[in-house]
Amino acid sequence: MTTTDLVLPPARYEYGGDEFVFVEIDQAMSLEANFKAMTITAALRARSVPGVIDICPSNASYLIRLDPDVLHPAELVEQLRALEESATALTADQVLPTRVVDVPILYDDPWTRETLLRFRDRHQDPDATDLEYAARINGYAGVPQLIDALAGAPYIVTMLGFVPGLPFCYQMVPRDRQIEVPKYVRPRTDTPERAFGYGGAFSVVYPVRGAGGYQLFGIAPAPVLDVSQTLPDFRERSVFPRAGDVFRYRAIDRAEFDQVRAEVEAGTFAYRIREFEFSPAEFLADPDALNSELLEVLYR
Amino acid sequence: MSELIVHSPGLSTTVQDTGRDGFYEIGMPPSGAMDQFSHRAANLLVGNPEGAATLEATYIGPKLEFTDSRIVAVTGAEAPLSLNGEPVPTWEAFAVKPGDVLSFAMITAGARPYIAVSGGIAVPEYLGSRSTYTLTGLGGLDGRKLAEGDRLPLGEASGARPGVRVPDELRPEHPSVTPLRTVVGLCSYRLTDAGMESFLGTEWKITKDADRVGYRLRGGKLDFVEREQPFGAGSDPANVVDLGYPVGSIQVPGGDEPIVLLNDAVTGGGYATIGTVVSADRDRIAQARTGDLVSFVPVDLAAALAARRDRRSRLDRIKSLVS
Repeated sequence: MTTTDLVLPPARYEYGGDEFVFVEIDQAMSLEANFKAMTITAALRARSVPGVIDICPSNASYLIRLDPDVLHPAELVEQLRALEESATALTADQVLPTRVVDVPILYDDPWTRETLLRFRDRHQDPDATDLEYAARINGYAGVPQLIDALAGAPYIVTMLGFVPGLPFCYQMVPRDRQIEVPKYVRPRTDTPERAFGYGGAFSVVYPVRGAGGYQLFGIAPAPVLDVSQTLPDFRERSVFPRAGDVFRYRAIDRAEFDQVRAEVEAGTFAYRIREFEFSPAEFLADPDALNSELLEVLYR
Repeated sequence: MSELIVHSPGLSTTVQDTGRDGFYEIGMPPSGAMDQFSHRAANLLVGNPEGAATLEATYIGPKLEFTDSRIVAVTGAEAPLSLNGEPVPTWEAFAVKPGDVLSFAMITAGARPYIAVSGGIAVPEYLGSRSTYTLTGLGGLDGRKLAEGDRLPLGEASGARPGVRVPDELRPEHPSVTPLRTVVGLCSYRLTDAGMESFLGTEWKITKDADRVGYRLRGGKLDFVEREQPFGAGSDPANVVDLGYPVGSIQVPGGDEPIVLLNDAVTGGGYATIGTVVSADRDRIAQARTGDLVSFVPVDLAAALAARRDRRSRLDRIKSLVS
């Protein structure tokens, strides 16, 4: 059996006032840190501890919101420390039941291009588009090669937050192939709804129009948030993404974009979703093999 | 039909209750009344459960017409109140009849009055709460602030009596510098010792960017510890790998403008947070206004919990007055 020890520094426990406990697994991002956050928060969820209001796994940390009138925050920290001690190794039989999802993206689209051109004065490189800048600083020959890399390997949803339904996604490739870009020098005051952005080592789809500091690479035709809950994927929850989901941000052309938009408008659009038993240990041992399997499962 | 007719909405008036709990993990902030003590006290005065929906106004109160007999109470910020032009007191339950009109003069202290009506504001619940969250347009009345001509449905009133008042010693104070008890921590290791001293030693001025999302402050400069940024964080010294933000947490993008995140805030992001205002003192910041001063007073968890118990016991004393 493959066992991967999660070699990480001891977690740091902090009180966010009287209603929150914040646990930092690591200061740097890694899939190991995220898997550890997922494992501990899943174990806590399974316990259904009275007084715990929200369990929020984050990228390399997690946040718990609690009612201190029911559960003393120090008592919660004791329980979390015990869970951390039991989460030091990942065995091959530890699986996260997850969904693999095809998420179409129109890269280099006219709407985010128009927006980013309006905010050149807040950008590191006012003479380039965000894609041109990101391709250059990440060593790609050009924008098409960057888009191939963005669309080529799937991402894991490592955190939901900022606004309802926004998925933070981390690409499932080794560190030397991770794309990393800075956030805008000063945040924009406007971002189109469903824009596909990238900041630090994370990609996002913005659920609603508003402020944002991530580089703008494209736009999704399908929503991640549907407050009216009319689309079939949103009947049970107004938010589509879940932490632990695997998203493939597939590049589409304008014709397919318009087609999907029409389906969304008609209320008929549904994401292509496949259930998958995801083994973090197996992934860490051979990322490329598991990524091929994920894409094969998704499109068969 | 029992309704509240909005003659004028004030500057920014929304329907709020104790908040939308249990959806933080999908990025949904709790919303809810910014000053929970005043919100709950107003409900108690009119015989409502503490979780009933009230109206939260900001700076300028609304003008409201009643269509049946109700008990009403206004708490929170101090503003001369009148019913059909005749003065009525704040922090005290009074009766209204069909056709009566309640109006506010300029606020004299605090920032947010709360208006409770017996029976509560009966807009539909969204995910278990009537609180308005305007950014995604949900909860409250069509997910937005009130507008002239709106009609707010009211719930079934139970038997409250007029004349009950909250004594002065149970009402919040409005000091010239509002002290905010704060549990220091989270990513406070990002600040130098001098930076932390400056954070705690400065009287910060509230800027005009102060709303239900958060309060941006000005007045000092905070230095970050120099480091090589960890992978995934982004290159600015204020950046960390994106994480969850507690409600009440304080972040310092750029190092010179702390932002206290409040009820409608973003739930996570990539700025270092350096501490959290305790829940009881979020009531106090809610009543501080643009131009006012606040200071951060470091406390431990025990003191944060004690402040919470003190708020509960003051509410319990109000409860005993009405029963």
